[in-house]
Amino acid sequence: MYSVNYSRAASVADAVKTAKKADDAKFLSGGQTLIPAMKARLAAPSDLIDLSHIGDMKGIKVSGKNVTIGAGATHAEVAANAKLAKACPAICHLAAHIGDPHVRHMGTIGGSVANNDPAADYPAAMVALGATIKTNKREISADKFFKGLFETALKDDEVITSVSFTAPAKAGYAKFPNPASRYAMTGVFVTKGKDGVRAAVTGAGDDGVFRSKLIEAALSKSFDASALEGVSVSSDDLMEDIHASADYRANLIAVMAKRAVASANA
Amino acid sequence: MSDISMVVNGRNVSGSVEDRTLLVHFLREGLGLTGTHVGCDTSQCGACVVHVDGKAVKSCTMLAAQADGADVVTIEGLADGDDLHPVQAAFKEHHGLQCGFCTPGMIMAATDMINRHPEGLDEATVRAELEGNICRCTGYHNIVKAILAASKKMNKKGKAKKAA
Amino acid sequence: MGMEGIGARVARKEDKRFITGGGRYTDDMVVPGMKHAVFVRSPHAHASIRKINTKAAEAMPGVIGVLNGKQLKADGIGNLICGWAITSKDGSPMNMGAWEPMATSTARFVGEAVAIVVADTQAQARDAAEAVEVTYKEKKAVTEPVAALKKGAPQLHPEAEGNLIYDWEIGDQAAADKAIADAAHVTRMEITNNRLVPNAMEPRAALGHYDKAEDHYTCWTTSQNPHVARLVMSAFYNVAPENKFRVIAPDVGGGFGSKIFIYPEEIICLWASKRTGVPVKWVADRTESFMTDAHGRDHVSTIEIAFDKDNKITALKADTVANLGAYMSLFSSSVPTYLYATLLSGQYNIPAIHCNVRTCYTNTAPVDAYRGAGRPEACYLVERTMETAARELGVSPAELRSKNFITEFPHQTPVIMAYDAGDFQASLDAAMKASKYDSFERRRKAAAKNGKLRGIGMSCYIEACGIAPSAAVGSLGAGVGLWESAEVRVNAVGSIEILTGSHSHGQGHETTFAQLASDRFGVPIDSVSIVHGDTDKVQMGMGTYGSRSGAVGMSAIEKALDKVEAKAKKVAAHLLEADDKDIVIENGEVKVAGTDKKLQWFEVCLSAYTAHNIPEGMEPGLKESAFYDPTNFTFPAGCYICEVEVDPETGDTEIIQFVAADDFGKIINPMIVEGQVHGGIAQGIGQALLECAHYDSGGELLTASYMDYAMPRADNLPSFAVSTTETACPSNPLGIKGCGEAGAIGSPPAVINAITDAIGNNNIAMPATSQAVWAAIQAAK
Repeated sequence: MYSVNYSRAASVADAVKTAKKADDAKFLSGGQTLIPAMKARLAAPSDLIDLSHIGDMKGIKVSGKNVTIGAGATHAEVAANAKLAKACPAICHLAAHIGDPHVRHMGTIGGSVANNDPAADYPAAMVALGATIKTNKREISADKFFKGLFETALKDDEVITSVSFTAPAKAGYAKFPNPASRYAMTGVFVTKGKDGVRAAVTGAGDDGVFRSKLIEAALSKSFDASALEGVSVSSDDLMEDIHASADYRANLIAVMAKRAVASANA
Repeated sequence: MSDISMVVNGRNVSGSVEDRTLLVHFLREGLGLTGTHVGCDTSQCGACVVHVDGKAVKSCTMLAAQADGADVVTIEGLADGDDLHPVQAAFKEHHGLQCGFCTPGMIMAATDMINRHPEGLDEATVRAELEGNICRCTGYHNIVKAILAASKKMNKKGKAKKAA
Repeated sequence: MGMEGIGARVARKEDKRFITGGGRYTDDMVVPGMKHAVFVRSPHAHASIRKINTKAAEAMPGVIGVLNGKQLKADGIGNLICGWAITSKDGSPMNMGAWEPMATSTARFVGEAVAIVVADTQAQARDAAEAVEVTYKEKKAVTEPVAALKKGAPQLHPEAEGNLIYDWEIGDQAAADKAIADAAHVTRMEITNNRLVPNAMEPRAALGHYDKAEDHYTCWTTSQNPHVARLVMSAFYNVAPENKFRVIAPDVGGGFGSKIFIYPEEIICLWASKRTGVPVKWVADRTESFMTDAHGRDHVSTIEIAFDKDNKITALKADTVANLGAYMSLFSSSVPTYLYATLLSGQYNIPAIHCNVRTCYTNTAPVDAYRGAGRPEACYLVERTMETAARELGVSPAELRSKNFITEFPHQTPVIMAYDAGDFQASLDAAMKASKYDSFERRRKAAAKNGKLRGIGMSCYIEACGIAPSAAVGSLGAGVGLWESAEVRVNAVGSIEILTGSHSHGQGHETTFAQLASDRFGVPIDSVSIVHGDTDKVQMGMGTYGSRSGAVGMSAIEKALDKVEAKAKKVAAHLLEADDKDIVIENGEVKVAGTDKKLQWFEVCLSAYTAHNIPEGMEPGLKESAFYDPTNFTFPAGCYICEVEVDPETGDTEIIQFVAADDFGKIINPMIVEGQVHGGIAQGIGQALLECAHYDSGGELLTASYMDYAMPRADNLPSFAVSTTETACPSNPLGIKGCGEAGAIGSPPAVINAITDAIGNNNIAMPATSQAVWAAIQAAK
């Protein structure tokens, strides 16, 4: 890791103020992606501003169907929240399968969403849930938030404070992990809400998380795994690496979508 | 540089570290607690697992400065004097270690796992929960056995305590 | 046998320190004044080194020195060697290219060391290493073995034309060809054995300390054989004279072969310590381990097995190209020859065998012994082909194997090995029974109802371990003898220290070796201490690899114990006024058989040391040493059965059950033996399903971290059903065959045979990743 200045922010305003003064500050939440990247000398911020002690960013609020998750909520907290499990069990299931137990103790939903790793789980959930990403400056719909590999709509001095969504009638997530890293090699989050069906795919797209219109169309007719029998996903614009060809990922999208629907209906 | 202080294995410690210092290096080099190991660079092997404020974390993926003010327990602080922690004892009894390098992280992870599952554990859960800990020697067979045995023992003890 | 003697399932003595954080590994060592090293490594697979500019780096904070290969050479440090000479079939010696500890003119693989930076902290050394400017001129690279031998391939070494290291053969080609021509059936396969990275969890490390005042060198290092390291570094690399040089391999976190070899880093750290005047510690990060630890396997082969009309094997013929990487590592040449082709007879009676092996250089990390070393490659070839043959011939895999088993011993194969003992049918029967093989079809049907593809596969392996008679390996080209040494020191109070040349890096020697003394004298293992891993304490040893610590290391201890026992009996006989032939030692007592005359063990020991009343002419004390040179290899063998369930939608393979029935001869501690089998099987399953070192065509290692190299984790594996059958090994005093490598040797073909059975497509290579299995299912449609 290159040299870096660490500081702890007491509030969001404090964090932003410190960031503005620094050459090239990065906000540090759980650090489970950022610190490995810095260790590998792939990221070299001048300053790290630790957000994990900001009380306002913590907590999970569930009121009926309305869910607000503080950006500082760890994966373990999301996974274990009883109210959330009632409103939207799929997101608890997703959180319970990010990384490993130690990573889940540190990693946060805000950090994951802000980082927008193309193989991260949360972006698929945010898009499929039609979530709103709330920052210190504005509210951004998930559809407009994720801009490609590791790219988001966030400005330099903008901090995610929470994410919120209306729990859909049905939601399910299924992922096929990369055999080495255990990140999603393909993950599909499907929802059926009042605005219809959404299916968001992570881990597979050349340009990060995306909605599969094909799967959404099929599931709109019948929100059942059987509706996806015979659906053939195109391998265009899918990632290819030593672990999975684009064709294999295309297959996994269809299979994971089926399993996500089955889990949503279970 | 940052001045940091924390409680490690029940003892107040402090030090002045470069901000880029990882918690694992502060423990190993700053405090001489070399039981916590580094087995990879990508936060996957889990040889570095310690407990911070009661939760298992990877000390190679946390700055020492992040742990300023925290309560840290390492493998050296797990036993109660000469009495082994039940997880340590189970690893020995069931041959849950060979070269010993992943063992401290395994034991810290197992302890955390058992604490989080007071309802008890089954083999599938233990294997899934070990995702963040890699062992090259044992094929995990006896690690799983040791954790299941320790979980049984600790839960029995816990229940007995509650009843008393 | 006492409670803690031979055969007892006692918990390990060494565990206490490991479970409490008290293990002492090389990276835990601290020497006053110690500084930290980071290597500057080639980012190119093949490049000329034009210039190394260290000025900027030298000016960085904390930097003590930046050194390069030219300085090392100027100080007289030698090139790395391969210690096993193989002769090509035309009689020419192998073509060994020069391997400089730090490349001075050409870098030949990504990660090759070019310079070393020593600084106050590791972070400072890393900062400065980035500031070392190396000017390279890139050359074309070649990474695949078959491609490397093709005309026009990029050339690595002037000494090895066409990148060929040797073209070697074994067996009778004419006889094999004739039998194949006359055969009723021939099964032919093309088989690749995937390249693996050993991945001991403790990365390699070295701490070199030159003490100027004493003119003495100490090296703490992650070694499986510290004495060999001292010998080679002293005699061949000119690092330090042996009498002024101490090598310590303290607790070592796994080896699996990768820590046998002497690598550039420990040489350079010692030299750099003398050069800079400070103790120098280097610890590999995981990516360095991936790039620079010796890799394993990497064979491309064709095989033919011929059968007569009764399904009896008449011949086996194999042709193999093996990739040895950019340089010849210490024992690399022996792995694809004498440790491989000599096992191609498997468990079968095969009248004619021929194998041709060509090895080559490529722009990849050096390849050498990794758990099993040659024997997994042989087993995979034979056992996949046998299973395939059974399918082609329409007979059950068990029946075809049984029909061809060797049943009489000793058995001389056509490829050097003389199997001394075994009962292959017994292990096959045990595994069939444990796996409920006979009711498998019912399970297959039940799985099909759930949309899953079940398959079952077996593998009957044999290996040669405990290497080996020194004269025999010497005649085959080995540069060393492969005996072992032991010293048994009995203290005046009866406690015992055993000094051994074997090295434990997870094998539990501190317990099993103590069990031998406990068995012999009835003393508790707690009063027996094992000393190893330090050239200042143990005079000489050959170390631990090739499952040799039991068969060879413990045999040396047995010999030394024989001498101690004989002397103790003489002392006791003198005191008890009896004949030493009538003395028995048991449960800590030394008795005259058939009488009530006895002494306590410690009384006899004390008498040996007070020497007030010992036989005339006897030297005082009770300490004996022995060197043991085995009379043959040992031949562990067994049968593994694997049952899998494949998800046809994703290609994901779940191992439903894995059964092992092994014959290891005599077992000292069954708990530890089972642990060895578990670990070996896990590595074999890793090879079969997950692991592969991928280089791209330019020589970049694509799998250089756990992000891309798939290590077996707990949820990839089931619990294993292991059991043993026993035929005693006649070639050593304890009857031990060895158990360290069996799991890694026998398991890969069992897994792949199960998968091909499940999916109905035999055309699949290791690792059978979910993607590969899915693609094979699609191809079979």
